[in-house]
This record gives sequence, C-alpha cells and structure tokens, in this order.
Amino acid sequence: MTRSDAGRGGAFLRPPVVEMVGVGRSFTGPPKVDAVRDIDLTIADGEYLSIVGPSGSGKSTLLHLLGLLDRPSAGTYRLDGVDVSRLSERQRSQLRGERIGFVFQAFHLLPHRSVLENVELSMLYGRIPRRERAERARRTLERVGLAHRVEFSPQTLSGGERQRVAIARALAPAPSLLLADEPTGNLDSVNADAVLDVFDKLHMEGLTLAVITHDDDVSKRADRRVRITDGTLSQVVDHPDVLHDVVQRPHALGHRDVDGVER
Amino acid sequence: MRRASLRRRLSVRDLLREALAGVAARPSRLALTTLGTVMGIAALVATVGLGQTASGQISGRFDAANATRVVVEASERDTGDSSVRITVLPWDADERVARLAGVAVAGVFAQVDTGDAAIRGLPVADPGGTVDHDIPVAAASTGLFSAVNAILSTGRFFDAGHDGRADQVVVLGRYAADRLGITRVDAQPSIFIGDRPFTVIGVLDSTSHRTELLDAVIMPIGTAQDLYELDAPSALEIRTELGAAQLIGAQAPLAVAPNNPELLSVDVPPAPGTLRDDVSGDVNLLFLALGGLALLVGGLGIANVTLLSVMERTSEIGLRRSVGAARAHVAGQFVVESVVIGFLGGLIGAASGVLATVGVSALREWTPLLDYRLAVVAPILGAAIGLLAGLYPAWRASTIEPIVALRSS
Repeated sequence: MTRSDAGRGGAFLRPPVVEMVGVGRSFTGPPKVDAVRDIDLTIADGEYLSIVGPSGSGKSTLLHLLGLLDRPSAGTYRLDGVDVSRLSERQRSQLRGERIGFVFQAFHLLPHRSVLENVELSMLYGRIPRRERAERARRTLERVGLAHRVEFSPQTLSGGERQRVAIARALAPAPSLLLADEPTGNLDSVNADAVLDVFDKLHMEGLTLAVITHDDDVSKRADRRVRITDGTLSQVVDHPDVLHDVVQRPHALGHRDVDGVER
Repeated sequence: MRRASLRRRLSVRDLLREALAGVAARPSRLALTTLGTVMGIAALVATVGLGQTASGQISGRFDAANATRVVVEASERDTGDSSVRITVLPWDADERVARLAGVAVAGVFAQVDTGDAAIRGLPVADPGGTVDHDIPVAAASTGLFSAVNAILSTGRFFDAGHDGRADQVVVLGRYAADRLGITRVDAQPSIFIGDRPFTVIGVLDSTSHRTELLDAVIMPIGTAQDLYELDAPSALEIRTELGAAQLIGAQAPLAVAPNNPELLSVDVPPAPGTLRDDVSGDVNLLFLALGGLALLVGGLGIANVTLLSVMERTSEIGLRRSVGAARAHVAGQFVVESVVIGFLGGLIGAASGVLATVGVSALREWTPLLDYRLAVVAPILGAAIGLLAGLYPAWRASTIEPIVALRSS
C-alpha cells in the first residue's frame, strides 16, 4: 500500500513515516556494547521531531539506523510502511536515496562542482530522468533561498549558505524524511538561525523532519522532543498538543505537491 | 507508480560525467599520474614505428647489385697441429662456377707484382724525360668486367682472344687514365710498364664493386700469367641471378675447390629477411622491454594515485552512498576514472611516439612508416592498463561504509 492511497482519507489514516518497535543495535565486542536498546519511536507524517542527547548516548547509532546506514540487531523498523530489515543492501541503498534526505554537520559538498551540480547529485542514483534534474535542483534551491547562487562554487559560500545547499540537496529527490545530524554544529548563531528558519519553513510546507542534536536551542524549535540517554529514549514533555498540532496544519496533507510530484 | 517505468540505474553518460569531473578536479595530479603511461606507450609506439621505418629503409636500399654479388677468395686455416693450410683459386675458377645454374657471369681478379717496373704514359713527349707513376697493376679475366657491372667511358674490354694469346693490351681505370693523361683510345695509345709497351684499348668509367679497378691498369690474366709469373687469382667475382646469391654462395666453394671447399672464404649478401630480423632482434627487444617496464610503472602509478584518491575522498564516497549509490556505483566510478586516466596517457603517449618516429626519420632523412592501427591500439592499451590499475582501488572504495565516511569531516 502506498502512502498516497492511505493519505486520501486524512492525516490519521496515513501510516507514520517512521515506526520503530523494540529496536536495538549491539556491537559484538569484546566487550559487547548495546549502543541503543528497546527503541520505540514513531514519527508521524509532517512531524518535526528532535532527538537530543549528549555524545556517547547512542545518538549517532540511532541516526544511522533511521537513515538506513546501519541495520538493527533487534526489533523492527518500518520506513513508509516498508519493513527495511528484510531488504537487501542494494534495495536499502535505493530506498535511502529515494526516501531519506541527509543533512550533515560537515555539509559534505563536493568542492569542485557547482552548487547546482551538488544538488543534482542526490538525484543521480535515483529514478529521476536527467532532463528533470537540473530543473528540480533549481526549484529546490529557490525553496532554501539560494536561487542567486546556482552557478557558484560551494567554496565561495558562507557556512550557512553551504548548509542550505546541503539541505536543498537532501530535499531535491522529495524524500519522506529529512534527517539532520547536528545541522548547526559548524555554524555561528546567525547562520544557525537562518538554517533553523529554513527548517521551520519546510515544516510549515509539510515536510517530516528529524533533527539530532545536543543543543537545546536547536531542539526547542521542534514540535516534539525525545531524549536519548544511555541508548534508551524518553519523551520530553513540553509540547502536549503535538498530535493536534500536526492535524490542524493543512499543509501537512499535501506537501509533496510543492514539487509537483505525486507519490 | 508513475515513476516505475523510468530509469532506475545510473546511466553510462552520468557515470562518465561523474568520473570526468573526478579526474578533472586535480589537473596537476592527473598530469603526473598519466606520465608513466605516456612514457610507456610513447616508447612502444616509437619502437614499433622506428622499426617499421628502418625496415622500409633497408628494403629501399636493398638493390639488385648488392643482392646478387658473391665473392670467393683464397683463405688459410689453422689445422690445429700448428701448420696452416693454404689454398689457392684455380685459374679456371670462373669457368667452373659459370656452369652452376644461377650464375649470370663470373670473373677472376688478381693483383700483379711488376717488381720495380714503373709505369709511364707515352703521349707526352717530354724532352726532360717522362714522369714515372706509381699505379697499381691488376689482372682480370674477361668475365670480371661484367661481374662487377663495369661501364667503359671509351674503347672496349679485352676478350678471350687477348687473354689466350697473352696480348700486351690493357684497360685503364678512369683515375689511372687521368694520371697517365690518356683520354682517347681511337689512336691506340701505349703505356709502358718497365720497358714493355702495352696498348690501351679501353677506359673504365665505373663499377658497382671492386672500385680499386678504377685506380689500376688492368691486363688480361693470361698476359699477367705469361709476363709476370702470377701464382694464382686472388678473388673470384660472381654475379648471380636475382635471388640465387645464397644458393651460389653455398655451391661455389665446392665447384671451385672440390677437395677442400672449407678453405675458401665466401662473401654472400645477407638474405633479405636477415636484416629486418636483426633490427627487431636487437633494438626492438630492448625498447619494447623498456616500454613494457614503463607501462608497468605507469599502471602501478595509476593504482597508487587512485588508491590515494579513494582515501582522500572518503567523505564524498559516504555522501554518494547516503544519496542512494550502491557499492557497484562507487566502484564503477573509480574504475572509470582510472580508465580515463589510462586512456589519456595512451592518447598522449601515442602522439609522442608518432612525433618521435617522425622526428628521428626527419633527422635521418628516412621516410617515416607507421601502421596507423598502432595509433588506435595505443590509447586502448592505455585504457586497459587503467582498468587493471583501477580494480583494486575501486574495490577498496566500494567497501567503505557510509557511516565511517560521513564521520570524517
């Protein structure tokens, strides 16, 4: 069943983007390490979630599991309703490219390629035809406010602009989930605010976001916050009306129309 | 789903574009990386090209005059018991070999020792006495002139009649004629060797071999035998039919001296194939070995730099994996990058090799000859080396986990 079929009936009937039940990841030692255990995490469509925790808490492991960069050693993980533990490595690569957009602390832009080419890169391994890629990349750069930087080299951009290029790259294939790992870690407060403002805007447009951070100021921007400590999750209850919030925001229903692509 | 019908995999064009961008990102490194391949391919192309050029040159100079000349000379040989066996050519050596199939004409030659007798020309009636000349005297059978392709500027050769009667006639070489002041023979001028008068019946203009004849006074061998006690001919000149030289070279000693043919020394032109084999045998082998070595080093260089590049671009690899690239996509990109490097090296190397061939040919005033297929094969060889060199680094790149890659910043 695809999400668009379920989505016609309304937000409640749409399956969550992320559904983790009893997920654990242990690294065979010696010594054996349970990086995360018994994770139950659901991220609803259109939700803006932040995951906070100090370093060494299992934050990175959770990010890798969410982003299909790693396989859980226990439990089940459904992404868009697909049980990913049964997929082959190649299928996971494909699903990762199509459904998840990564934003990293270190940007990871290719220095010798233009801003446009960097954004196009995220569509290179997917199904989007070559002739559509440049147009989509341009539109996505407009969404993050970088229409005037299309032909620039990333090396001439400020840190904030670079991170917005990285966000555009993550958004271009129209992913189900934007996964950001310390997105403001390399930025000063002004640039960090600019990036977080972009996240707010994308959230308002209906994008599902998960931001992993140790910074409370960053995490406070989210609808809902969960804390990870010693490999287990706990809810940070300061937004009691999360679900209502999601339902009441009309953009959440059709955010994919922004790209003009149905799914 | 609407998109299902569309392309799912990285297309060849996209792969090439990514690889070219990867290669072009570091131009100076690219230049250094291709150097080994450039030198190897250039050495190979130049070696083959110069080999072909030289072969063509040898064939061009390989004229009929050289290819049909066989010379038999008397020789001596140690027998092992401290004595030396000497053989002499018989007087009728030319007649003996003339019976062999494949001999066009043969003649014998001998130097004549005239003792103290000086040579004087008569036409100049100098009251103060005539001038003595130190001119060598030679003896020849009638066939010799034809055997060395001699051409007269005036007069005639002596014939079997002169030879048989031991007539006192001579033919002068052109330089001997100059020194004796003889330009015409229609008045039957005479020269003196000691006190003996000889009638000059002809003047030689040129010969293809044995050019010492042009300096000499040449008398019939019968005359030399009769007047100067000549022991034996010193050489037998044979002109063979085209292509028969090797055969006659083997048969002539047996025909001339059946009792001890091994004592004769025979000078035979090399077989047409031998020269070419010598060139490819000596020079080519060395250069091909050097070229091969350079290619090996070039391949290792590409492998080394590609491996370094993989290590440097860990973060790029991680990023590509995170945006959906499978391991094969990453490996493919690095293989194509090293193939491109190898191909470029092959292309530049082929051009350098052709230039070297043309340059050397120009210096030697040769006609450059080069198989054009070589210019096509060389870059493909370079690409193949790049392919081999890229396999291991590409495999290493494909094993890099995106997690590890993205941790580095």
